[in-house]
Amino acid sequence: MRKKMWIILALLFVIPGLLFTVSCAKKTVKDETVLQQQAEEEARIKAREAEQTERQRRMEEESLQEEARRKLAAAQERFLNEDIHFEFDRSDLLPEAQEILRWKAAWMQKNPNVQVTIEGHCDERGTSEYNLALGDRRANSAKSYLMDLGIYGSRLNTISYGEERPAEYGSNEEAWAKNRRAHLTLE
Amino acid sequence: MITVLRLKTIFLITIVSIIIAPAVCRAEYDYIDITNPFLRKIPIAVPLFKNMSPDKTAAQAARPASDLLSDTLEFTGYFKMLDREAFFVDPQSESVSSVVNFHNWTGIGAELLITGQILVIDNLVEMELRLYDTFKEKLLVGKRYKGWLNDQRKMVRRFCSEVIFFLTGNRGFFNSEIAFISTGSGNKEVYISDFDGYNPRQVTDTKSITISPAWSSDGKWLAYTSYINGNPDLYIKNLKEKRGAVVAKKGINTTPSWVPGKFELAATLSFSGDPEIYLLTGTGKIIKRLTYTWGIDVSPTWSPDGKKMAFVSKRSGTPQIYIKNIESGRTERLTFIGHYNTQPSWSPQGDKIAYSSIDKGRGNIWVIGIDGNDPIQLTSDEGNSESPTWSPDGSLIAFSSTREGPSKIYVMTAYGTDHRRLLTLPGKQTEPKWSPSLINK
Repeated sequence: MRKKMWIILALLFVIPGLLFTVSCAKKTVKDETVLQQQAEEEARIKAREAEQTERQRRMEEESLQEEARRKLAAAQERFLNEDIHFEFDRSDLLPEAQEILRWKAAWMQKNPNVQVTIEGHCDERGTSEYNLALGDRRANSAKSYLMDLGIYGSRLNTISYGEERPAEYGSNEEAWAKNRRAHLTLE
Repeated sequence: MITVLRLKTIFLITIVSIIIAPAVCRAEYDYIDITNPFLRKIPIAVPLFKNMSPDKTAAQAARPASDLLSDTLEFTGYFKMLDREAFFVDPQSESVSSVVNFHNWTGIGAELLITGQILVIDNLVEMELRLYDTFKEKLLVGKRYKGWLNDQRKMVRRFCSEVIFFLTGNRGFFNSEIAFISTGSGNKEVYISDFDGYNPRQVTDTKSITISPAWSSDGKWLAYTSYINGNPDLYIKNLKEKRGAVVAKKGINTTPSWVPGKFELAATLSFSGDPEIYLLTGTGKIIKRLTYTWGIDVSPTWSPDGKKMAFVSKRSGTPQIYIKNIESGRTERLTFIGHYNTQPSWSPQGDKIAYSSIDKGRGNIWVIGIDGNDPIQLTSDEGNSESPTWSPDGSLIAFSSTREGPSKIYVMTAYGTDHRRLLTLPGKQTEPKWSPSLINK
């Protein structure tokens, strides 16, 4: 009976001791891996976050650039597409024409490397010889105005097409009004 | 080949002018007074030529030759061509050598009669043509021509020239050509046809915009403006030898007009920043500046003696025609009616200027005395009429018009009668310029 008691006692001491040792050893190992894992996880998250912010920054930057480009392109488009118009047999600049030319001059100042050709055009009425001279007058009156606004004459070429290259075909006031124009192109 | 060519030259020279009967004294040209605007057309009969060819197939030549003679004479506007259906006489049966029965012709109202006989052997043709006054029963002009079959047209034209010279005292325009601009190829290019619209041919191949042709007074040079190199530059070309010069100054280089009898031309250049007229050598060098007013000066045309130049200027606010005396330097305004008078063309006689005047968006041809008197409108309500140009004898005016749709070239008498289309070509035809009489044609 006593023997049994001893065994139980021994077991009572030994087993928890054993348990202790075992658990003790196990615990240290477990702590180290967890820490490592946590660190890795945090690094990953940080990296991801950094990546995300970077991407966002890049995207923002790109969209800014894109918008700037779009704006530039739109400005250039406007520069190229917005013709100035004249009255029949006249080459003096109407107020609207002057406004458009002021905008064009500002654009040219922002784009100091562009060379511009000013085309003078007429409507189909009038005789072709005279219209060639009239187209020349129209191109030159646009050129003088741009020069008055500070654009160097060396950046401005002129060419008259007279009535040879209408923007719109047709023999009505609408077509004629569109064709009496100075059109600016980039070289 | 050489012998053939030589033969040909010999025959060209011997498109013989054998005078069959001594022409009557030419001092009196009482048949046609070309200065009379109310000219009565002379009724003339041109029966089919009598065919003398032994070969039956060669006989086909008689009809086209007589038709050509008839058409060419009708083109002058001086004659009323009588209908062959009304003729009593069959030319084939009547012997030409025998006396003409003039009563047969006066009976149908013919005052003049042209008879012809034609002999074709192989490629050679011999043609004898006679002009009679049927009332006076008199031979007026008689000629015999020999040459290649291909030269028939030349022979007929030479005879017409003789006829017109006899009747008017002027050689006419039978050896002239008309330059014009046509879009038939898809681009504006210079073309040239014979005076009657026959044989149109493209003479520039710029594949660009080419406008404003001008003949030198010897007919050997043609100046025109073309955008071949992007800018409207002035090209001066020898028609036969393919040499020439280019005036390529900044701005427009256009509306050339040759000084009569000289290798010089006036043209509009805008390198100064303003279209002004300059006098240039035939090699394109500036001799001097001729206009000095701010604004458009364009479209010079010379008096036949080369002492005066008419041109278009906007100096008074609207395009009007002015005349500058080159020696004195004085300039006077010529046109006062209308708000848009351009394209002056000085008549070969020197007394008139034809021009186009635009009113309510529509162009018409006018003629005015060089003293500014008697402006007369020659076209009306017939589309847009532009670009008048005189025949070298001053009897006809060619111009462009949109009366039938796209612009075509028409001819009328200098008094505005007998309008007809010159030729039918694809595309638009504009800017006719009648050549002087060409000596080697």
